[in-house]
Amino acid sequence: MSAPLEVTNVTMRFGGLKALADFTLIMQPGELVGLIGPNGAGKTTAFNAITGVYVPSEGEVKVAGVRVNDEKPHQICTRGIARTFQNIRLFKQLTALDNVRIACHAGAQSGFFDALFLTGHHRREEARIRARAEEYLEVMGLSHRRDEISRNLPYGEQRRLEIARALATGPKVLCLDEPAAGMNAAEKTNLMGLVRSIRDRFGLAILIIEHDMRVAMGISERMLVLDHGITIAQGKPEAIRKNPKVIEAYLGDAYLEEKHIAVPPQENSK
Amino acid sequence: MGRLLSLFRTFLPFLVGLVVLAGLQAVMPPVFAVILLYMGVNVVLAVSLNVVNGFTGQFSLGHAGFMAVGAYTAAKITLGLSGFQFPVLGYAVSQQLVFAIALGAAMAMAAVAGFLVGMPSLRLRGDYLAIVTLGFGEIIRSIIENMKFLGQATGLSGLPQRSNLIWVGMSVIATVVMAQRLASSTQGRALFAIREDEVAAEAMGVDTTGYKVRAFVISAAYAGLAGALIAHAIQLSTPRMFTFIRSIEVVVMVVLGGLGSISGSIVAACTLTVALEALREFQAYRMVAYALLLILLMLTRPQGLFGTREIWDLPFFRRLLRRPALASDGGSAGARPDSNSAGGTR
Repeated sequence: MSAPLEVTNVTMRFGGLKALADFTLIMQPGELVGLIGPNGAGKTTAFNAITGVYVPSEGEVKVAGVRVNDEKPHQICTRGIARTFQNIRLFKQLTALDNVRIACHAGAQSGFFDALFLTGHHRREEARIRARAEEYLEVMGLSHRRDEISRNLPYGEQRRLEIARALATGPKVLCLDEPAAGMNAAEKTNLMGLVRSIRDRFGLAILIIEHDMRVAMGISERMLVLDHGITIAQGKPEAIRKNPKVIEAYLGDAYLEEKHIAVPPQENSK
Repeated sequence: MGRLLSLFRTFLPFLVGLVVLAGLQAVMPPVFAVILLYMGVNVVLAVSLNVVNGFTGQFSLGHAGFMAVGAYTAAKITLGLSGFQFPVLGYAVSQQLVFAIALGAAMAMAAVAGFLVGMPSLRLRGDYLAIVTLGFGEIIRSIIENMKFLGQATGLSGLPQRSNLIWVGMSVIATVVMAQRLASSTQGRALFAIREDEVAAEAMGVDTTGYKVRAFVISAAYAGLAGALIAHAIQLSTPRMFTFIRSIEVVVMVVLGGLGSISGSIVAACTLTVALEALREFQAYRMVAYALLLILLMLTRPQGLFGTREIWDLPFFRRLLRRPALASDGGSAGARPDSNSAGGTR
């Protein structure tokens, strides 16, 4: 069986700029991989290349053995790659439940005329989708917010709702783009526990971008470090911690002294 | 039994509507009946345009073009079959059937036109889409204007008078029921997702281009229906009835009622129709007063009468209906939780 996600030698060029060079990543089922690097290192670019927002300039992205380079984001999503966004992109004016229900859409069979004539098939499917959506809300601890407009949710819950929404697409690989950004230490710990439990419960592979080193080291089983688009190191967190290149590029002396590192300022959104 | 019940549920609005409309048709004085016809047609137009402009968030300005396609298609059929009589059935019944067929054909042709226009233009967004759809609307009109077969600038006249309260009323019900059921279905939610955030919608597996085209086709079909109805109400179909001014009138109704709000579109369409009729006596100042009304409304409620909400989501009606907190089902897509009802009965 082929790996759920295989990225080989992907390069992204924007004009003369190489935002990502020879990026290779093979995700095994159930793996938790951390993707780290300083601002502008190409982490989000890597996500966009995987999920079809960008078409890779070179290299190949395979989902479950199928090449998806030229597919649109919604097709790649249907193949089992789900993502969240660094700058939360919920459907702001819709309720939490509707946000998740939209993501359940992928496998839906009933079409416009089913809806128009309220066929039995349509009603059964609506009920099924609703039940599924509520389950995902429950998993992320958002059941009590079901009918709340998502814009009105507190920040942390918006982040969780985005994860619930991504889960609802039924992915094999979940890509989380800085899910803990802007949270305090306790919230972060909480969220990481949640991420781990999601992985165990749904048997997903999770690729996570995280700025906070302690959090990233704590959760990842394997890490990839990017700097200026180049993969400068990969391996177990303990090895990354000691890798001089990584320390130079990213961590700086402060980390060596085991001091708490403040969360660096957010990368600009695309 | 269950199947029968579900069939009943599907067509319930039409059954109730038929009874009410037949009654109205019998008692309504002709003067009011005409205004009601215009109202109905405008409601069909506004609600159908709302599917594109409100639900999907794509700004289309080409609604009149699709009306024209529908009007001419239906006119050709009713004119061509004006002496036709089905075997067994009487002449009057046959002609009503012919009209039904004409309406269906009008919708189908308009849908085809919607598909042809939608495919290339829906790659664009915002202002660009508005301009392209405006252009296509005008193209459709000028094609008609130059076809001998469709009477060129004088259009087709002498159409049978077929649109009555029952036909228009049933069309209104069909349109509103369509919009409402769409809004509470997977398909409709996909449209809302596109309106809210196209990138995220795509990432969640919504085929944004496909759904935009679908919304456009649905909307065009109902515009065609409205065109056919109006042509058979005034017994005339000319290119001048379908200029872009008509499109803008419909856009005004949708914006005024609130983008995305079905009941908003209905209320705005009715209000504006009546307002225009009422102002008819002051011919010279009519458009001035109309424009002032619009300016006033936009200043006081820039989000439209109801925003994206439905009328029954407004605090006043919530209290009236004693409904607890928000129901997320149905058309209350953009409903906001309002503080004075949130702590309600539950």
